[in-house]
Amino acid sequence: MNEMTKPVPATRPEDWASDQEVRWCPGCGDYAILKAVQKTMPELGARPETTVFVSGIGCSSRFPYYMETYGFHTIHGRAPAIATGVKLANPELDVWIVTGDGDGLSIGGNHMLHLLRRNLDCQVLLFNNEIYGLTKGQYSPTSRVGTQSPSTPWGSVERPVFPCEFALGAGARFIARVIDTAQKQMPEVLKRAYRHRGTSFVEIYQNCVVYNDGVFEGFTDKRNAANTQIWLEHGKPMLFANGTKGLAVNRETLRMEVVDVSDGDLARVTVHDETNKAIAKMLVSMRFPEFPVALGVIFCDPRPNFGEALERQRAEHVSGRTADLDALLRKGPSWEVRPQDAGPA
Amino acid sequence: MATALDAASDLSDPSPTPAEMPDHVVVRFAGDSGDGMQLTGGQFTISTALAGNDLATFPDFPAEIRAPQGTLFGVSAFQIHFGSSRIDTAGDQPDVLVAMNPAALKVNLPDLRTGGLVIADAGAFGERNLVKAGYGTNPLEDGSLAKYQLLAFDISRMTLEAVKEFGLGNKDALRCKNMWTLGLALWMFGRPRKPVLDWLERKFGPNRLLRDANIAALNAGHAYGETAELAGPLKQFRLDPAQVEPGFYRTVTGAEALSLGLVAGAKLAGLPLFFGGYPITPASALLHALARLKEYDVTTFQAEDEIAAICAAIGASYAGHLGVTSSSGPGIALKTEAMGLAVMTELPLVIVNSQRGGPSTGLPTKTEQSDLYQAVYGRNGDTPLPVIAARSPTDCFEVAIEACRLALRFMTPVILLTDGYIANAAEPWKVPRVEDFPPIPVKFHTEVPAEGHINPYARDPETLGRIWIRPGTPGLTHRIGGIEKSHATGNIDYSPANHQKMTDTRKAKVDGIARFIPPQEVELGAPGGALVVVGWGSTYGPIRQAVAHCRARGLDVSHVHVRHIWPLPANLGELLASYDRVLVPEMNTGQLKTLLRDQYLVDARPLSKVSGQPFRIAEIVAAIEEVLK
Repeated sequence: MNEMTKPVPATRPEDWASDQEVRWCPGCGDYAILKAVQKTMPELGARPETTVFVSGIGCSSRFPYYMETYGFHTIHGRAPAIATGVKLANPELDVWIVTGDGDGLSIGGNHMLHLLRRNLDCQVLLFNNEIYGLTKGQYSPTSRVGTQSPSTPWGSVERPVFPCEFALGAGARFIARVIDTAQKQMPEVLKRAYRHRGTSFVEIYQNCVVYNDGVFEGFTDKRNAANTQIWLEHGKPMLFANGTKGLAVNRETLRMEVVDVSDGDLARVTVHDETNKAIAKMLVSMRFPEFPVALGVIFCDPRPNFGEALERQRAEHVSGRTADLDALLRKGPSWEVRPQDAGPA
Repeated sequence: MATALDAASDLSDPSPTPAEMPDHVVVRFAGDSGDGMQLTGGQFTISTALAGNDLATFPDFPAEIRAPQGTLFGVSAFQIHFGSSRIDTAGDQPDVLVAMNPAALKVNLPDLRTGGLVIADAGAFGERNLVKAGYGTNPLEDGSLAKYQLLAFDISRMTLEAVKEFGLGNKDALRCKNMWTLGLALWMFGRPRKPVLDWLERKFGPNRLLRDANIAALNAGHAYGETAELAGPLKQFRLDPAQVEPGFYRTVTGAEALSLGLVAGAKLAGLPLFFGGYPITPASALLHALARLKEYDVTTFQAEDEIAAICAAIGASYAGHLGVTSSSGPGIALKTEAMGLAVMTELPLVIVNSQRGGPSTGLPTKTEQSDLYQAVYGRNGDTPLPVIAARSPTDCFEVAIEACRLALRFMTPVILLTDGYIANAAEPWKVPRVEDFPPIPVKFHTEVPAEGHINPYARDPETLGRIWIRPGTPGLTHRIGGIEKSHATGNIDYSPANHQKMTDTRKAKVDGIARFIPPQEVELGAPGGALVVVGWGSTYGPIRQAVAHCRARGLDVSHVHVRHIWPLPANLGELLASYDRVLVPEMNTGQLKTLLRDQYLVDARPLSKVSGQPFRIAEIVAAIEEVLK
């Protein structure tokens, strides 16, 4: 900022909270996510008036109503498409998409695929609770095999989709994962997502207290978190269980494996390289409880985003051309009828 | 008044005449879908326009890109009607049929006027092609064409000879057949060759070999006409230029006029245009045309599906652009839920439907008007939005501007109905100037309320259009969405009284548009009388001609053509009540008819045609005669 510009007053978390009463169920994981987002926004240097939250349909998609920003609560699954129009029309806006496992990966799965492959500059917060909450508890595309629900009374037989694996396959250039209650780590992940110029895909394990309570408890229980979670840091050995265990790429099987670390010997432990897609693939393929759950920034390898690529092409095309609409109307084979040629029309 | 039927009767005169002088002529070029008939027709159209004739065209092609050669379903045709006086339709019946193979002859012969002229490529009438077309014997030789005039010569062989010196392979050489045929047609009607030569130069540019071979074929066809005329059988037609208003003219298809009209509409509003589309026949032409206009502040986005296309356009409108999306029936069906969102959030949006034969995939390359119910009624909830329709290729320009104006003035999605016929057909266009159209005033709301929060549903008391706030505006952060909102605050509100009020307001806003649109005029005839023929969309040409024909014979019939389908013009009910009978010809099973009955309790009678082909003038004339009998 130079001396001539008027300093913009910093915002506080409460400046980002709307006056609307929050209507999620008591104890819902969404509250924690909302709190973390409102807490992080001032730290990003973002402004409420240039921030737009776009959502689809579902519990998570009520999120925009609780943010004192511009917000668009759209229709089921279509937030990525609406957000694409918003961002292409005004690249100055910070666009956040809030979606869920049903909204983002079932009815809106196609849009999610194309958003990620085009790499629109925006943040996607996918609240994964492995259930349809707002429609009263049916199994979702991320529900595990055997999930009992009103529509699967004897358990679901479908194999689930794993959001980060899907995102990687779709060509996402930024993939991260957090847990709703991880209030310490979530702001850091959100900051990374915000700074990434492209689609930043963040899966948030979110507990549905009413229809799927405790589904993530195996690895979210803080008492055992050291052994069940691995928080990734770029350039650091992938360690967990208080440094007694690590992840290692087996160079023969080309698979990830858990290795014991004794006497601080890190020789076998693989260093996390968030630009390495092969490592990212192994991290998102790890299944609990055979492996700890990989959290933090799993993959970050920027490429030109959709908007800037379009803008570059436009600038090249437009350079040296004038936009004379009347000339355009007259383009092509044409002829003039002079008054002396013309009779009564 | 001379009609196509009168003019063509000249052709049945067996005696050789040096030059026929009909008032107007209908020519149909027909061949395999790979024969280049659309190209031939398109180039003939340009030469005809430059010769000063009024014209209308009807490209009619199969849904398959390159159907198997010689088959009946692979036949592609291009019809042009041109003349020295006003032309409103592509013509009821061809006077001249150019048939490049037996299948083309078989499919198109039933349409040819008795006594009409068949020009056939005898070289393509070999055993194999005859069998594929289902001919037991060669129709060029077995006398079955006795009621027509027949000119059969080996166009294939003459083309091969004309391009021999260029050393092309047999297949490439035969592909010049369409240029040979075009050369002959240009000679027959005294059209200039220069526009085609210029076009070949541009098309082939650096490929001198193909350019020169095509030019040689064109010239050979032309020379054949001159030579054959000396020998007797072939006649040349002379048509005087049509008497038209002075001005600058070009030919334009409906899709071209529509794209230009949308760009003009955005410019008149001072807004960037955002177009979200997904490929579908016959609507893709609009996406293609707009994709080339980046310097006019146009962004085109080929979305992953129809739903994303409209949603991205809605997102762009939300962010302050003029959002436009386009499709045909099945794609419009997919966009329906998002249209509801645009109605609920009251954002400007133009939705173009290039109608085609339905239901489902239906007839992708054929024309129909069967999406009127879908446009007016086809959404969940009480979801009114304005619907307007273009009547002809050139009308698309003005109608596109009107759609932009309604969308922006009333903050509403607008459906613009055109159809496959209008999209592909061409006619001469007296090119307007953009400044001749009134600007479309747009004001983004920026005023921060002295206290409390902005209500995004604050309205203009006159139009009931809501305020438009662009994200990025300080102090006006707010949330909108598909869920019902309070009329007073814009916050979520499901309360009974509020939903009643918001539903009533949405309806009143759209109904109220009737106060801002021009009163319905009578196209031909006068208010009051025995019969009014009411049309909408691309039936304009045949209805106008049919009514003119009947009036010339003293029948008491008038023509009313409706542009504003919803809401209807304020005076329409009274106008229709002034006639004894109401006849509504439509390329559907009676959709506007139902709307008129519902709105006015008028005894409107349908005249239905859903064959994928436009109405013939004669069909409407017959219906008028029947009613007035």
